[in-house]
Amino acid sequence: MNDVILSRIAEALTWTGRYVERADATGRILDAYLHRMLEDPWRDEDAACRSLYAILGVDAGDERVDMQQVLDQLAFDAHSTCSIEGALGAARLNARSAREAVSSEMWECLNATWHALGEQRRAARRTGPYAYLELVRSRAALFFGLADSTMSRDDSWRFVVLGRSLERVDMTVRLLSVRVLDAAHAPDWTTLLSASGADEAYARVHTGFGDSPRVAEFLLLDRAFPRSALHALTTAEECLTALGRPRQDPARRPIGRIRTRLEYLDSHALEEQLPLLLTDLRQSCMASAEAVAERFFPYQGPVEWAQEGA
Amino acid sequence: MADIFDAYALADAWDEMFVRPGEVRTAYEPVLAALQPIEPSELRFRADQMARAFTDRGVTYAFAGEERPWPLDLVPRILDALEWDLIQRGVAQRVRALEAYLSDAYGHCRAFEDGVVPWRLLLNSAHFHRAAHGVEPPGGVRIHVAGIDLVRDEAGDFRVLEDNVRVPSGVSYVIENRRAMTRIFPSLFTEQHVLPVDGYAQRLLASLRAAAPGGTVDPRVVVLTPGPSNAAYFEHALLARLMGVQLVEGHDLVCRNNRIWMRTTRGEVPVHVVYRRLDDDFLDPLHFRPDSVIGCPGILSAATAGNVTLANAVGNGIADDKLLYTYVPDLIRYYLSEEPILPNVESYRPDEPGQLEAVLDQIDQLVVKPVDGAGGMGIVIGPKADAETLERTRQAVAADPRGWIAQRPVALSTSPTLAGERMAPRHIDLRPFAVNDGNDIWVLPGGLTRVALQEGNLIVNSSQGGGSKDTWVLAEGPAEGPAPAPAGGLPEVAPRQLGPDGSPTVVQEGAQQ
Repeated sequence: MNDVILSRIAEALTWTGRYVERADATGRILDAYLHRMLEDPWRDEDAACRSLYAILGVDAGDERVDMQQVLDQLAFDAHSTCSIEGALGAARLNARSAREAVSSEMWECLNATWHALGEQRRAARRTGPYAYLELVRSRAALFFGLADSTMSRDDSWRFVVLGRSLERVDMTVRLLSVRVLDAAHAPDWTTLLSASGADEAYARVHTGFGDSPRVAEFLLLDRAFPRSALHALTTAEECLTALGRPRQDPARRPIGRIRTRLEYLDSHALEEQLPLLLTDLRQSCMASAEAVAERFFPYQGPVEWAQEGA
Repeated sequence: MADIFDAYALADAWDEMFVRPGEVRTAYEPVLAALQPIEPSELRFRADQMARAFTDRGVTYAFAGEERPWPLDLVPRILDALEWDLIQRGVAQRVRALEAYLSDAYGHCRAFEDGVVPWRLLLNSAHFHRAAHGVEPPGGVRIHVAGIDLVRDEAGDFRVLEDNVRVPSGVSYVIENRRAMTRIFPSLFTEQHVLPVDGYAQRLLASLRAAAPGGTVDPRVVVLTPGPSNAAYFEHALLARLMGVQLVEGHDLVCRNNRIWMRTTRGEVPVHVVYRRLDDDFLDPLHFRPDSVIGCPGILSAATAGNVTLANAVGNGIADDKLLYTYVPDLIRYYLSEEPILPNVESYRPDEPGQLEAVLDQIDQLVVKPVDGAGGMGIVIGPKADAETLERTRQAVAADPRGWIAQRPVALSTSPTLAGERMAPRHIDLRPFAVNDGNDIWVLPGGLTRVALQEGNLIVNSSQGGGSKDTWVLAEGPAEGPAPAPAGGLPEVAPRQLGPDGSPTVVQEGAQQ
């Protein structure tokens, strides 16, 4: 019976899911921002770039920043797992270290993506980054599609989905945080929707447009939209339930609590509670991720060999 | 260095980019500077990339029975703030006058009583529908969306070529062209301030909702399409998707008790506003063509009863009749007490005593058009037609003077267009789109610029092998926006959670073979 899973593998799977989701979300955000900046005649490049850095948790420095620098740092930097290329590289290495747990199609997908990035990166310097960003989006979708269609619904699969869900909440919270904390330089609501891949879904639900706190409501509370915080939290909680102890689970508790709070939130009170809610959401996800790490992948210090007679 | 504009020889018309060879118009300077250093092979590469993206996205049109990618030229057409101000005011004025005319023609008929327009123009129009008489649409709006075709003449003045107030199409290409240009040619935009076009669907939805029958709390809007085999189906689907409303076909709707419902999995749901993208003739087999299966029987009675709003209204065809076109300047003076901002192209009315002879005499020097033609069909360009065609046209006009108008040929302005590996001047026109919500007529900045891809050709319709250009309206003055953020003034968002980057913790390279 293959009913156990190595801690190391579980950790690798979780971070594979997380990093692929990070690359996908970063790609969407960059795409929406770039498009908005080209389309907006009153753009202020420096301010927009700074708000991008703020969303993605990267220090912008004191010098003026432009789009090329943003792309170099948030898309093409292979050394930072906060950039697309770094995240995909890390996802690939994680998947490789868990090759017996992921299907070969998933691994090949990540590997082929990694090798295709170089050429698209060079093309992006000539014609702009859209083809590059599109590649990232479609490969992320392919990866998760393969996970859904080639992995058994066992614990391995749950760790991948858990990682994706926690990262998804984190990204949504980041987007909204900048809007809430610094509305003057933040992207407009429509850009927030397209950065979350939610513009068409939102238009169908609301038969209207993103000019209002209804966007925040949609991105946080919509039950049916897979990138909403509520939906991602629900998915994460389902994974944790299946993975963990039925009660008193320190990984599930913060997720369950904040999910319940969202479920029963009075949407009229949302606007006023938003700043606090976003902080709580982020902290809950971090607490849960830490508890998951502590419980499922306890850290092993590096092994040192003492050589006799040395 | 040889560049792609080297061989650019101006045609005998106003050129949009160059005053004379080598002297570029101010608005085009940054674009020229961005395009000039690009190698022809690079331009081809981008053009191919764009064509592939259009094919992948399904932005195609049928040409000679083949599905082709939408033809977008890489050189944008640019309108500066002053030019746009004129166009915008002129288009809005025109739409206001045509609205007044429709209201009058289906109401008190003052303009006919006062002799501004002859009665026969109304009574023998193929588009005059008795069913529309006496119907007062919500908010008084009959033209929810208008497409006014403009050309620029030899002197550089914009003139109205024709009005489209039935179901003007092409706005989806404005949206897609911009999307494609920002993706394939981001560098072109860097030093420009181009007004965005992505607010169109929002404006359209707002005006459609405003047009709902009185007392509707949360009006349901649908887009009515003839179906996927229609040439503009892509546009219908795009507008429905951008507005987040249902795209329905005739058989999805049912009329009961003079109300319109749509069949859904949750039963029949009421519909309040139908943005219909099919002609009057196909809308309702009970009133119009009984053999049509793409409409919805009873929808016209429901509209007459005030239970559903049709946008645009039934019977608008009397306002874009090409003979009426010749009266529009008078209508602007009559209804609005204003002088026309945009002039017409000089036109003859064979219908009027004395003018028929004048037209027949100089038919080889005029452009002759059937009054209800669309898509450039049936137009005869006198100076370019052979003797046989001219004779045939002369007989046709003599037999049915009401069916034709004649115009002075205008050498439409040209714009540099990629032909092979070089730039060459090609004739263009412009269709701005106006949306009327009852209070305000909003004109989408820019519009659809169509290009006649063959040298010297004056007919730009895509059904006749025409292409298109992204149309830029430059914002007035320098960029104004929020002040730059003070350094360090932005909020700190928490750092990212980082996990293993996957590299092995114990280096074991070479350990295995």
